[in-house]
Amino acid sequence: MAEAFKFELVSPARLVISEEVDQVVVPGSEGYFTVLKGHSPFMSTVRPGLLEVTNAAGKTTRIFVAGGFADASPNGLTVLAEQAIPVEDLKPETLSKEITAVEAVIASAKSDEAKRLASEKLGQLREVQAQLGSTTAH
Amino acid sequence: MPSLKSLRTRIASVKATQKITKAMQMVAVAKLRRAQMAAESARPYAERMAGVLANLAGAFENQPGAPVLLAGNGKDKVHLLVVCTGDRGLCGAFNSSIARLARDHANRLLSEGKDVKFLCVGRKGAESLRRVFPDRILDVFEFKGARTIEFEMADGVGKKVLELFEAGVFDIATMFYSRFKSVIQQIPTQQGLIPAEVPAKAAGATSDGAIYDCEPGEAEILEDLLPRNVSVQIFRAMLENGASFYGSQMSSMDSATRNAGEMIKKLTTIYNRSRQAMITKELIEIISGAEAV
Repeated sequence: MAEAFKFELVSPARLVISEEVDQVVVPGSEGYFTVLKGHSPFMSTVRPGLLEVTNAAGKTTRIFVAGGFADASPNGLTVLAEQAIPVEDLKPETLSKEITAVEAVIASAKSDEAKRLASEKLGQLREVQAQLGSTTAH
Repeated sequence: MPSLKSLRTRIASVKATQKITKAMQMVAVAKLRRAQMAAESARPYAERMAGVLANLAGAFENQPGAPVLLAGNGKDKVHLLVVCTGDRGLCGAFNSSIARLARDHANRLLSEGKDVKFLCVGRKGAESLRRVFPDRILDVFEFKGARTIEFEMADGVGKKVLELFEAGVFDIATMFYSRFKSVIQQIPTQQGLIPAEVPAKAAGATSDGAIYDCEPGEAEILEDLLPRNVSVQIFRAMLENGASFYGSQMSSMDSATRNAGEMIKKLTTIYNRSRQAMITKELIEIISGAEAV
């Protein structure tokens, strides 16, 4: 069993989680990465995706985060998320609404750069939707 | 000497006013508690954000190539003042003290030959600034119907600020709001938005100058972080403002209720005096009339 470390998940409105956990899988913008105790100082942007937290009892919680930052240091991990919703509370409508919003952005995007960023986000949101769909089917 | 009837109506009207101010005070107390909680629960995010920013910004100190949002665009000709106030009045000096701070700052800048523009968040600040600087207000944001302050609202203001900055409308942005120190103390505060005000590294910060590995890269992270920081700072200011507003309203309504009580007391004394004077006068008239017979 892995050693526990301090994990904090904060959204602009409040401190969502602050507890000792064993392992956290973060959806980094360059790919998923796992943080264990004593991680070297590391900072990454977070893309919309699912964050997996394994607590000391070995229970895994999944949380939807909509972009932000992860700041890992030997002392612990802090994730600053624009939005953080536990998967159980995440309604499919919320996600599809978000997807429609991004699609609207793509349709009205003026520059190629904006279009590229928005379609990237769309792909990530779709991926989350697919992941959620596969688990509910179980 | 006012007539007895007019005194009676005065007392009744002051009593009615007292009831209203008392009710407003109690509402403010209840809302203050909620606003204070919202302000406190938003603090961790802003603090962590400042910490991350301080960590990253250290790497760019005195170096060329720092992002414009951090270093500024090298000019300081046009200043943008983001003035956050309440949408409603009846809260003592809350709105006017923020507006005054902004006005003084603007006058100082103008006397230095700089240009000043305003962006108002909240109706009351816009009203009082419109009198002095009618053509310098770029936009006014009002959140009158909103019951709670959501991050999206602040994000909208932040996006607007960034849009204006990218369009070259201004060079330096400063924000004005009221910091909630305690229920009886709210401090009008000014804070730099662009270039970002990087807090001096807090004692016991998470990393002691440790070298961070960054993904994608430091510059990219900063580019993503700085615009977000603007929104977060505005959000924090709005929450602090919310708490300050109710704190200020509570204490001003408290003193209004007390003043009304004193007034009622004084008016009642006058009323009773004149009533007794009238009775005495009538008695004297009756007695002297009886003696004459």
